[in-house]
Amino acid sequence: MPAFALRFALILATVLLVGCGPGPQHLYTWGDYQPTVYQYYQNEQGGPEEQIAALEKVLEQARADNRPVPPGLHAHLGLLFARGGNGGAAREQFLEEKALYPESGPYMDFLLSSKEAAR
Amino acid sequence: MKSWLSVVFAAALFALAGCAQPAPPYDYTAFTRSNPRSILVLPPLNSSPEVKAGHGVLAQVAFPLAESGYYVFPVAVVEETFVNNGLTQPDDIHAVSLEKLYDIFRADAVLYLHVREYGTRYQVVVSDTRVTLDGRLVDLRTGEQLWNGTATASSTERHSGNQGGLAGLLAQALVEQIVHSMADTTYDIAGMADNRLLHAGRSHGMLYGPRSPLYGKDSPQAK
Repeated sequence: MPAFALRFALILATVLLVGCGPGPQHLYTWGDYQPTVYQYYQNEQGGPEEQIAALEKVLEQARADNRPVPPGLHAHLGLLFARGGNGGAAREQFLEEKALYPESGPYMDFLLSSKEAAR
Repeated sequence: MKSWLSVVFAAALFALAGCAQPAPPYDYTAFTRSNPRSILVLPPLNSSPEVKAGHGVLAQVAFPLAESGYYVFPVAVVEETFVNNGLTQPDDIHAVSLEKLYDIFRADAVLYLHVREYGTRYQVVVSDTRVTLDGRLVDLRTGEQLWNGTATASSTERHSGNQGGLAGLLAQALVEQIVHSMADTTYDIAGMADNRLLHAGRSHGMLYGPRSPLYGKDSPQAK
């Protein structure tokens, strides 16, 4: 009986400890988004193609999770496309960012009217 | 045996109390009134000797802010906009007027970060990789300060128990998240410092934003 109660107390303690942690459920599928942004800053590590592929993998993963991608991912992907000289694909990504996150609307419009995206 | 049992119960209660700490008062009046939805994070000032510090910190601010319910402007795209306008140094970017920032970005709030420590100190027994940063959130239309805070993360705390409450748990979660990331310890520690500084729900921390299910539920002052 004491052993039984002891086990119960231990389980209770565990539940309480776990119960106050942040839930494992995130709002967004992050994948390697942030490491890819860091990589962008360290120019020497791979060209835009590799980083574009990494972000497209996050997009795929998000579709599979049925969760949105984080704010900024589409815009960052647009930047990478612009860097690689693909203005059309860049524009598409800026429009996607604006559609998903209206908060970004005016800034995406600013980018769409700038020369990088028009290339 | 019975007294031993009560020790276990006491431990359980202690664990519960440990994470239900009432937050000491922090004045969220301006924050709540401003009610920002979107945050523009500028390239951080850096007073550490490490040149990668600013970008190491900046690359990882989106996670805590977005998961706390905010729209976070894409940091590298934003920096590119400054560079295209001849502003390459964080000092110059921090000096840009709020009016000008609002004109281009239409963000509700701007976050100014300052990296104080970033790197590894080699000591006799253990080396300590440490990142310390502070942040100040300002309403982009009124110029009013909405919140400020400071946070430190260190490699030496990874091996100890979870004495940090929610912060410790967040740090642990991050450690899991970064297992497959680059072999750049300071970058990993910077991510922990970012989470600790910017994830809502911490004592004296940021409030949850409109995109979070916890929006409006995080502080008595927020209601």
